[in-house]
Amino acid sequence: MVDALHLIGGGLVVAGTLLTLLGGVGVLRFPDVYTRIHAASLTDTGGATLVLLGLALISGLTLETLKLGFVWMFVMLTTPAAANALANAAFSAGHTPRIGAFQITKGVAAGEAGPDTPRRETSDGNKSAAP
Amino acid sequence: MLLAAGIAGLVVAMTMMIWRAIVGPSQYDRMLAANSFGTKIVLLIAVIGYLSGRPAFLDIAIVYALINFVTTIAFMKFFRYRTLSRSLGPEARNG
Repeated sequence: MVDALHLIGGGLVVAGTLLTLLGGVGVLRFPDVYTRIHAASLTDTGGATLVLLGLALISGLTLETLKLGFVWMFVMLTTPAAANALANAAFSAGHTPRIGAFQITKGVAAGEAGPDTPRRETSDGNKSAAP
Repeated sequence: MLLAAGIAGLVVAMTMMIWRAIVGPSQYDRMLAANSFGTKIVLLIAVIGYLSGRPAFLDIAIVYALINFVTTIAFMKFFRYRTLSRSLGPEARNG
């Protein structure tokens, strides 16, 4: 029973480590500040959850499990808040997200071009101009 | 054995974060790498404590998690206002 719990805990630790490695690859290869924040924040919270859950399974029902719960609570509170502060500071410093065809312009940011703008273009523009 | 594999994977991920902190184009990339590196250090301290049979390392992990958050918030405040001696309340807009 104890050996099975140790094995499951070790497997969870390795799974969390693999998720963290995935986040590292994402942080190295993503093209933008915001996508890197996305990759690092999500995989940090998920990997920390898996690793700490595995360690809690290894340690059993002791005081160390309570400490692991405290570490998990602090990580889950602070990592999204830090990612939010990073994205907020980067956006207010003038970094615009690279989102391809939907690049942020003045009209889109102010809400003038809603979701009906492409439909209007195709309804009165393209059909009459099409040969 | 599995814990040693976990430590190896965490060290590789921390190396990736160091590389992003070195080559990061902007200061926000570097700060993101430092923050993520801190989270991975918390996990590494916990796993090392269990591998060496001393789970009292978890106290260090708790303190490191809190210090990591405070460091990130302080750096963000410094990047935005270029000073740390300033309150973040609504009266900060005037001064």
